[in-house]
Amino acid sequence: MTLAPQTTDDAAVATSPAPSQLKRRPRQFKHHGPDSLKGILVKIVLLGLVDAFAVYVMMMLFMAQSWVVLAIAAAVTVLINWIYLRKGGLPAKYLAPGVFFLVVFQVFVVLYSGYIAFTNYGDGHNSTKEDAISAIQIMAQTRVPDSPAYQTSVLDQNGELFLLFTSPEGVVTMGSATEPMSTVTDAVTDGSGKAISVPGYDTLNFNQIIAQQDAILDIAVPVSDDPAQGSLRTPDGTTSFAFKPSMTYDAATDTFTDVETGATYTDNGEGAFAAADGSQLSTGWKINVGFDNFVRAFTDPTLRAPLLSVMLWTFTFSIASVILTFALGLFLAITFNRDDLRGKKVYRVLMILPYAFPAFLSGLVWSGILNPQFGWLNQTLLGGAEIGWLTDPVLAKISVLVVNLWLGFPYMFLVCTGALQSLPTELDEAARVDGAGPFRVFRSIKLPLLLVSIAPLLIASFAFNFNNFNVIYMLTGGGPRFEDTTRNIGSTDILITLVYKVAFGQGTGRDYGLASALAIIIFIIVATVSAISFKQTKALEEVNR
Amino acid sequence: MKLPNISATPVSRRVFAMGAFSAVTAVALSACGADNKPATSSPKPSDLAAGGASTITMWVDAERAPALKDIAAKFKAETGIEVKLVVKDFSAVRDDFITQVPTGKGPDLIVGPHDWVGKFVQNGVIAPVELGDKATAFTATSIRAMTYDGATYGVPYSVENIALLRNKALLPAAVTTFDEVVAAGKGVVDAGKAQYAFLVGLDPKQGDPYHLYPLQTSMGSAVFGTDAQGEYDPKQLVIGGPEGIAFAKKLVEWGDTGSKVLNSNITGDIAKEEFKNGKSPYYLTGPWNVPDLQAAGIDLAIDPLPTAGDHKAQPFVGVNGFFISAKSANALATTSFVTNYLTTEDAQDSMFTTGGRPPALIASFKKAAKDPIVEAFGKIGEDGVPMPAIPEMDAVWNDWGATELDLIKGKAAPETAWPKMADSIKSKIVA
Repeated sequence: MTLAPQTTDDAAVATSPAPSQLKRRPRQFKHHGPDSLKGILVKIVLLGLVDAFAVYVMMMLFMAQSWVVLAIAAAVTVLINWIYLRKGGLPAKYLAPGVFFLVVFQVFVVLYSGYIAFTNYGDGHNSTKEDAISAIQIMAQTRVPDSPAYQTSVLDQNGELFLLFTSPEGVVTMGSATEPMSTVTDAVTDGSGKAISVPGYDTLNFNQIIAQQDAILDIAVPVSDDPAQGSLRTPDGTTSFAFKPSMTYDAATDTFTDVETGATYTDNGEGAFAAADGSQLSTGWKINVGFDNFVRAFTDPTLRAPLLSVMLWTFTFSIASVILTFALGLFLAITFNRDDLRGKKVYRVLMILPYAFPAFLSGLVWSGILNPQFGWLNQTLLGGAEIGWLTDPVLAKISVLVVNLWLGFPYMFLVCTGALQSLPTELDEAARVDGAGPFRVFRSIKLPLLLVSIAPLLIASFAFNFNNFNVIYMLTGGGPRFEDTTRNIGSTDILITLVYKVAFGQGTGRDYGLASALAIIIFIIVATVSAISFKQTKALEEVNR
Repeated sequence: MKLPNISATPVSRRVFAMGAFSAVTAVALSACGADNKPATSSPKPSDLAAGGASTITMWVDAERAPALKDIAAKFKAETGIEVKLVVKDFSAVRDDFITQVPTGKGPDLIVGPHDWVGKFVQNGVIAPVELGDKATAFTATSIRAMTYDGATYGVPYSVENIALLRNKALLPAAVTTFDEVVAAGKGVVDAGKAQYAFLVGLDPKQGDPYHLYPLQTSMGSAVFGTDAQGEYDPKQLVIGGPEGIAFAKKLVEWGDTGSKVLNSNITGDIAKEEFKNGKSPYYLTGPWNVPDLQAAGIDLAIDPLPTAGDHKAQPFVGVNGFFISAKSANALATTSFVTNYLTTEDAQDSMFTTGGRPPALIASFKKAAKDPIVEAFGKIGEDGVPMPAIPEMDAVWNDWGATELDLIKGKAAPETAWPKMADSIKSKIVA
C-alpha cells in the first residue's frame, strides 16, 4: 500500500479541529427553504415562554422599582425577539443564548469585580452612607439605665396613633408622635392592671399594629422635659422603654456627636465617621478609592516579601501540573488504546474515578492520608515512619504536585484518548511501512497531530491550575508557613490562596476591594500567558497544514 | 474544631466578588428575590395573613431549623404571621447576611453564634434588641456575650463550652490539675489499658487555640483585656504578657520535644475516633461530640477543666442567638416574635429537646440539667468567658494557632516566638 500525499491531507482535514465545521454549518442551513410549520410552531412556543418569563421578571422589577435593571431587561427582551423573529441573521440566532449567558455569568462578574477593585467594599464598608447613618442611629438608641418598662397599648384617633403606657406603679399616661406625655385618668384596664383602652380612642389589635408598624416604631414620646430621661418607644407594640440616643446626627453639618463625651465625628473621606483623635465609628460605608487597592497590592511591605516566592511557586505548580498530568494521561491513553488489550473499558472507568470526586473532598482525604503519624501512607506503606509530607516545605510542594497529578491525569487521559482515537490508523501503518519504530511514530506523527487539538486544552489546564484553589487550600492550606513574614503565607501558597488569605483571613475583616484588585492582577497574568501560548499554538497548526 | 471556624476564615470556596456577585445577580435576576420582599404598600389589617404580606423570614442552618418549627407554628396560630424558615449553609450564612441586608433582600432574622455580632455591627446589619426585665431570666454569661458596645444585640438560646471528658471505665476518679490529669492518664497507659494519656483534637496545619484556651487562662493569660463595662477592649491586647510566655513554655514541655501529651498530628476526627475506641481516659472537647461517644457505649464523666496554673481554667463560651436585621421591613413583628416568643420557657425547652444545645434561659436550663452531662457542662461554662465578638479577633486566630503549633512541635523558642506573635497580631489590629 502506497501513500499518496493527498490522502494524508484529507485525513488531516477530517480530523482537524471543530471550528471549520462550526463555520460550515450555518452556511448549509442557509440553503434551506422557508421554515417548516413544525419549526415555526416550536419557535413560537419557545419564544412565548421566554417572553412570558421576561414579562414576569419585568413586573417584579417594576414592583421593586428597579428602573435601570427594568430598562435593561426590556431592551434585552426586545433584542431577543428581534433576533428570532426577523428573516435571516442565522449566526445571531445560534449565538444569542450563549452570548446572553456569557454576559450574565462572565462579563458581568468580571466588570463587577473591576468596579469593586476601585472601592473599599468590605467589612466596615458594606453599604451606602445613608445606610451607615441609619445603622449608627439605630445602634445609638440605648435604654436609659435603670428606667422602668412600661406596658403599652396602641390607640388610634382619626388616623393619629397614640401609645398608652402603664408604668410598673400603675400610673397610666399616653402620648403620640406630636402630643407630649399626658396622664390619663379614665383608662380601662385589664385584669393585670394594664391599661388597654381610653374612651374616644380605638385600641389596635396585633394585626392592626403590624399593618402600621413603621409609623408605630417611629413614635417617641419624651418622658419629661429632661432629655436625659429619654423618650418612650415600643419595639414590639406591647412594651415600651425609655430610650435615649448615645449619638446624635446633625444632617446640616453631616456629623455625629457623642452625647456623653461631646466628641464630634465627621466624614473622614475614607468612608467612615472619625473624631479628631482618629477614632472611628465602627460602621462605615462604601466609597470609591481609585487605584488605592492596586497601590496597596504592590507596596504593602508584608506582602511584597513573600510575593516573589509565591509567584515562582505558582508558575512552577501550574506548569509542572500541566506537564505531569499530560504526560501520565497521554501515556495511559496510549497504553489503553491498544486494540488487543482486554478489559479496556473497565480500566478506563477506573482511570476516570479520581476525576469524578469533588476536588475539595479529595484534598481533605489526601490530607488525612498524608498525616505524618496516623496517615495511611506513613503507617501502612512506610511502616510507621513519621514523614511530614505536608509539614516540610519541600515535601509539601511535592505532595501537592503528586495529589494534583492524581486529581488531574484522568482529564488528560480522557482528552488524549479521544484525540488518539480520531487519528487515522492509516498514518500509523504507513509510517511503519516506511520503517519507523513505535517511538518514532509517536514522536513524529502522533504527538504533533495530538498537540494541534490538545494544545488549547493544555493552556486551559494551565489557567485552571494557576488558580487551583481547592487543592492547595484543602490539602495544605498554603502551609507550612514562612518564618519571615507576619502574614499567614506559606510554602505551598499560590497566588489565588494568597489573595484569599490576604483579603479574608487576615487583619480585622474581609476586604473585597483588595481581593478584586489582586484578582484582576492575576487575571492579567493568566491572560498574558494564555495569549502568548495561543499564538504559539497557531504556529503549531500552520506547521501541520 | 467547631467554634473557631466560625470566627476564623470559614473554609469555603466563596472567593472574592462571588459573594458580592450573588447579591448583585439577585438584583439583576430579581425574579426570585422579589418574592421575599414584603410589599411596600401597607395592606389593610383584615387581609394581612391572607395577603401574605406579614411574613417574617428567618435564616437558619439545617441543624437548627427543626428546633424552631414548633415555636414558628405557635406564632402563626396566635398572630397569623408566618415565620418562614429559610435553611442556609452554615459556613456561608454570615457573609450572605452581611452582603444581602443592605440590598433589602436579606431576612428579618438570623440565627448564629454571638461572636458574629462584632462583624454585624461593623457592617451595620443588625439592630439592638431590648429585652427589658426578661434579660434577668437568662444566664449572665449569655447576656454578657450578646452585649456589644453597651447594647444587647441578640436573644440567646443556647450556651456551649468545652469540658474534660473522662472514660469512667478507664479512670473512675476525677482530678483537678493538668499535671494530675497527665499523670493519671500516663498511669492508664503504663498499665497497658490505653494508648494515649490525654486527647485533644488539634489541626496539623493551624493548631487549635480554642481548645487549649482553658489551659492558657488557668496560667493567667488571656487574649484581650476588658474595659470598665466588662467588654473586650481591642486596645488591650494582653496575650503577649509574661503569663503568655509561661504558657508558651508549657506548650513546648507538653509537645513533641517534651512529654508528647499534645500531638499536633491528632486531628479532631482522630481524637474522637481514638477516644471512642477507648484508647484514652481523657478527651478535651465540647458537648457536640457527646451523643456520638455515648452511642459508642463510652461511660462518660464530665470533669471540670484541668488547671495548669493557679488561676481558673476559663473556656471560651459560645452563645447561639437570634439577631434582627437592621433593615427588616417587618421590624415590629420580628421584635415581637423574638422578645415575646423565643424568650419563653416553652420555646427554649423545645429548642433544647430538638437541638440538644444547653438552653440559655435559666428556667429551661434547670430542666435540661436533669441530665448530669448538661449540668456539668453548664457548671463549667459559668467560669467561662464569652468568645470575643470584636472584629479584631479575626486578626488573632492565624498567628495564635500557627505559633502554638510551632511551639508544640518544638520548632520555636517560647521566649521569642510568643512575643513575636503578639507583635504580629498587634500590627494587624492597628492597620
